[in-house]
Amino acid sequence: MELNNFILLSAILFSIGAVGVLVRRNAIVVFMSVEMMLNAANLAFVTFAKANGSIDGQVIAFFVMVVAAAEVVVGLSIIVSIFRTRRTASIDEASLLKF
Amino acid sequence: MVIAFWICAALAVFGALGMVFSKKAVHSALFVALTMINLAVLYAILEAPFLSMVQIIVYTGAVMMLFLFVLMVVGVDSSDSLTESIKGQRVPALLGASALGVILIGLLGNITMTNIGFDQAYVAYDGNIDALAGLIFTKYLFAFEATSALLITAALGAMVLTHREHAEKPLTQRDLSVLRFKSGNHPGSLPSPGVYARHNAVDIPALLPDGTMAEISVPKPLAARGAIRLIDLASKDEVQALNRGEAVITSQSTDRVEE
Repeated sequence: MELNNFILLSAILFSIGAVGVLVRRNAIVVFMSVEMMLNAANLAFVTFAKANGSIDGQVIAFFVMVVAAAEVVVGLSIIVSIFRTRRTASIDEASLLKF
Repeated sequence: MVIAFWICAALAVFGALGMVFSKKAVHSALFVALTMINLAVLYAILEAPFLSMVQIIVYTGAVMMLFLFVLMVVGVDSSDSLTESIKGQRVPALLGASALGVILIGLLGNITMTNIGFDQAYVAYDGNIDALAGLIFTKYLFAFEATSALLITAALGAMVLTHREHAEKPLTQRDLSVLRFKSGNHPGSLPSPGVYARHNAVDIPALLPDGTMAEISVPKPLAARGAIRLIDLASKDEVQALNRGEAVITSQSTDRVEE
């Protein structure tokens, strides 16, 4: 089994996630792209764990999943509260701090 | 294994591309779910059965469900407008991201990895889950405890952020009742128009116990048109007589004579 292919897949997924963050304007879709990047990083962790023959990488990937879940909860509630006050989920509309 | 990898890799990349390029946010969420499931299969190929299951349960189960839930709250039809808000932002963004991809692939494509296998890691443990538990509760115990603090903070934060404060105290049933009487309006239903032996029409007012007319018993439009018919005074006297407990025959008989 060629482990390099997994790493390349992880790089491709990470780049696609970066494109999503930069191009999309719906806050929820941007958030999904961030999740995609986190998952790409997780795939790299698990692959390196296998390459090193140690289980530590899998533990790190597990912690990444936990942090991602917490991040999703807080991020989505921020999106919901912004939607309540401004009636939009577009990231361009949340510009109160703009000078 | 190799065939499974190529199928899952293709589907994962397809899902990621679908997420970026689909116009509706719900379609994006479903494409992300597709990618997550394929990543779970890839974890299984990489001999991480625990992570594979957690990926399915946490990501496709909990996280994507949460995404869909918020999408339903925010409004499904709110599709992205595809016009650029910052002029000429899209092309540099695509270029930058593809440059990142090229750099990553170029760097990571050159490393050589040998597949050692987990025999060394599993020496003291009984399989993957046992080994993970061993590491989490010994070497990574502090990180694990910090994670629990993080999860509690996140749950509290979500509750605080989405909690809606009432601007004023909500009205109780007692307050509503007091308001209803204070306004001076008739608190109950209005009396119905007169229903008598010889009259049964909405334009004739009902009589109160003392024999006076209850004008509110006639519908307002009729009263505005002046279309109220009064019950004849004889009947009024009848009512008053009935009220006093006397027998009433006379006016009925005279009415009949008139008719």
